Amino acid sequence: MRNSLGRELPEQVGGYRLRPYAGEAAPVAPVTAVTRRTVARNTGENKLLGSLREAVRAVGLRDGMTISFHHSFREGDLVVGQVMEAIRAEGIKGLRFAPSAVVNLRGFSLTDYVRDGTIDRVEASGIRGELGDGLLDGTIHLARPAILRPHGARPRAIESGELQIDVAFIAASAADERGNCTGQIGQNPCGSLGYSFVDAQNAGKVVVVTDTIVDYPCLPASIGQSYVDYVVKVDQVGDPAKIGAGAARLTKNPRDLAIAQRVADVIAASGRFREGFSFQTGAGAISIACTKFLSRRMEERGVKASFALGGITAAIIDMYDAGQIRAVECSQSFDAVAARAILDRPGVVEIDNAAYSNAFSRGCFLDRLDFGVLGALEVDTDFNVNILTGASGRMMGGLGGGPDVAAGAAVSIVALPIVRGRIPSVVERVAACCTPGETVACVVTQAGVALNPRHQRYEELRADLKRAGMKLTTIQALQELAESITGKPRAVPWRETVAAVVEYRDGSVVDVLREIQGR
Amino acid sequence: MREQALMRTNLYVGGSSPGKLLDARFYNEDCIVYDLEDSVALSDKDAARFLVYNAVRYHRPPDKYVIIRVNGLYSPFLEEDLAAAVRARPDAIRLPKVEHAQEVRRVDGQIAAIERAAGIPEGTTSLWCNIESGLGASNAKEIAAASPRVAALALGAEDYTASMGALRSKTGWEIFYARMQVLEACRLAGVSAQDAVFSDLDDLEGLAEDLKTTRGLGFDGKTVVHPRQIDVVNAAFTPTKKEIRHAQRVMEALAQGERDHTGVVVVDGSMVDKPMERRARTVLAQARAAGVLEGGGDDAQ
Amino acid sequence: MKIKKPASAGTLESSDVFVSVAPNEGGGIDIELESEVEALFGDAMEAAVRRELALAGITEAAVRLQDHGALDCVIAARVRCALYRAAEERYDWTREDGGQ
Repeated sequence: MRNSLGRELPEQVGGYRLRPYAGEAAPVAPVTAVTRRTVARNTGENKLLGSLREAVRAVGLRDGMTISFHHSFREGDLVVGQVMEAIRAEGIKGLRFAPSAVVNLRGFSLTDYVRDGTIDRVEASGIRGELGDGLLDGTIHLARPAILRPHGARPRAIESGELQIDVAFIAASAADERGNCTGQIGQNPCGSLGYSFVDAQNAGKVVVVTDTIVDYPCLPASIGQSYVDYVVKVDQVGDPAKIGAGAARLTKNPRDLAIAQRVADVIAASGRFREGFSFQTGAGAISIACTKFLSRRMEERGVKASFALGGITAAIIDMYDAGQIRAVECSQSFDAVAARAILDRPGVVEIDNAAYSNAFSRGCFLDRLDFGVLGALEVDTDFNVNILTGASGRMMGGLGGGPDVAAGAAVSIVALPIVRGRIPSVVERVAACCTPGETVACVVTQAGVALNPRHQRYEELRADLKRAGMKLTTIQALQELAESITGKPRAVPWRETVAAVVEYRDGSVVDVLREIQGR
Repeated sequence: MREQALMRTNLYVGGSSPGKLLDARFYNEDCIVYDLEDSVALSDKDAARFLVYNAVRYHRPPDKYVIIRVNGLYSPFLEEDLAAAVRARPDAIRLPKVEHAQEVRRVDGQIAAIERAAGIPEGTTSLWCNIESGLGASNAKEIAAASPRVAALALGAEDYTASMGALRSKTGWEIFYARMQVLEACRLAGVSAQDAVFSDLDDLEGLAEDLKTTRGLGFDGKTVVHPRQIDVVNAAFTPTKKEIRHAQRVMEALAQGERDHTGVVVVDGSMVDKPMERRARTVLAQARAAGVLEGGGDDAQ
Repeated sequence: MKIKKPASAGTLESSDVFVSVAPNEGGGIDIELESEVEALFGDAMEAAVRRELALAGITEAAVRLQDHGALDCVIAARVRCALYRAAEERYDWTREDGGQ
């Protein structure tokens, strides 16, 4: 069968029956929320356990259960590795591994746990690194295709019962003995713990893992003791150098600067760039440069923002300090400056990932965004965006909040170089469709800006940009230009075997990733 | 070659780096200068020549004025550089440190011979002459008039100040006289006048300040060595509303004159001569490029 | 033209290719290609190398390419440069004049 984006999908893979994507606003029947959380009285027995193995036994983890983690410590996380080691030592097999994201962790190989059968299913926003490449190569197999969900889809999947978590392991930089915990203080702070709230609220059992036990009550507390079953102290929860060193410096790469400047031009040309507007620019070289350029435009025009959203960087905190942003809503902190800012700036706040991105709730921040700036590996002439796989079939990224931001922001801007080395980034058809083209308003490259005639705000944006004297091109022209530079790449041959399913905000399927042949 | 090519910015790009070479087409510079000289190590002259030849011959940016800077007039590389550069079919070849009109005539002859051999119409390849010494500045008038190929003189401030024993400063006093010599030569010969590089890449405000002199004196453009300077320079060459209105009136008067078959066209009491017409066309092209003139965008949607 | 000595051209930077050429007497043409984009552009890259070898009239050479995303025109320029260095000859630019 085909979904409305023209992607060919199987009806069923293993036990998973695919619901094809049928449009951004396709109706979804409401369901009653389900939770694994137990109603039971805790009269004050000791929650503080001596080791992770003890915790694994105490929560009653068994073969086939579902475990979760958050990725707020990013590539500096040391908890996933320690917990998995304890689980392996207990001889538990066939787990479903469902973190908010799988990032590249040093000294920890998820693949080893798949190979030895400790983990046999994976659900996350992306699977970068060895495991992702192995799944696409067909050299590693799971019991069921991996399910990839954007950030906004995870809370919905958890609440709707599609992803029921038996045990959530929540890394925290500080906690008290009753489980009140935070990411903001301690030896290895990571800032916002926003991705773990939904796990704490819905998992069958919750284990907080920290390297810093503080006097009761822990202040501030991101997750309260009422959700926490056990607390375990380990030597170290994260490597501060990799959690996020200091503020990323403004890139000197003239190509990235040129792209960032064009993005800021588009934003400043829009009629929505006015007092009280809102934006999300993200991390990455182009994003940070774009934030800086945006700040300058706001200063020139005397415009202030009501809020900045999502993964927050030092560049955003600078704007807050300069009085350019009233509220900074952090679902994640991308560097040490941003991590620290929640603690000492009243307008910089930690938010639940569900409040950030879950469309199937009573309202989420990103549905109120005026501007969302997104990175991408590829975009095609239908404006469909690939943020997962490289042209040669490697797992190069994760979904993150990309599809959510594209759908939520009034003006969604995909910013990318027209070619990377010899790989064209504007193509006829993306290798993996992650963000539906109909939700992308605008593509910005160093070779020009193309508007999407099928986007609901096309006329508005077109009029605004024309008024500002901006030159526009078409996505077809960009694609032809890219191909004239690189030549036409040979198509990567795929097998029928589905390695991963790419879900949308509503749980429908935008695409599947198939195994590639002969590499 | 285009009659009214905009020459607000000319960007040097090193001939050794394929990445930079291919990225350069996407910035907003009007002219792109592929360099075989200063940015290329002596041991890599042959490699840069092959690379720049292929880049210009087969991946020429369609909407730029393309220039190749060859090695010095007395260097052992010039002959091969010209043999490759002329055959790559750029708009112009840029000569470093020109000091005498006869040097231009010599290269003119060499280029003509290559054009004939390669089947390129003779005279196709223009010349940009770098004026980078006191002697060159002093002979600027003769240099600008030495060959119909000469399309521009470009002042090189670093070598010029060294030749004068001056110190380079942000006020630019030490190059003021050279600027005037170059400008006067260009105006007399009817070629483009290109101002010197502002070398502090991190000081964009200083650059904007320097551009007031550049623009105020009458230069047509400026050499830049880093992409981040491009937009600042282009912005400085955005004409004022008054200039645009005047240019439009000149063009309207010329059109009217053509319809009425009148020989002499007058605007505001002045006769419209060739330089005034050229100036009006340049102003309108600058305005269009800066997006301050209606009909400026090549809007494809 | 004949390869007299080992020679190289290019760099290991992004968008460039490092080309090494060595004599290969009695061994014909050997091309060794290392590239992250081989699956996508391997054929085009090898064709660019063979075209340069043919243009130079070289029938025996060991050519090794360490590619970091170079375009065909860059590959051609680097290969040509390495070949003429290895043959210790100057390129005759009038060769460009035929059939244009």
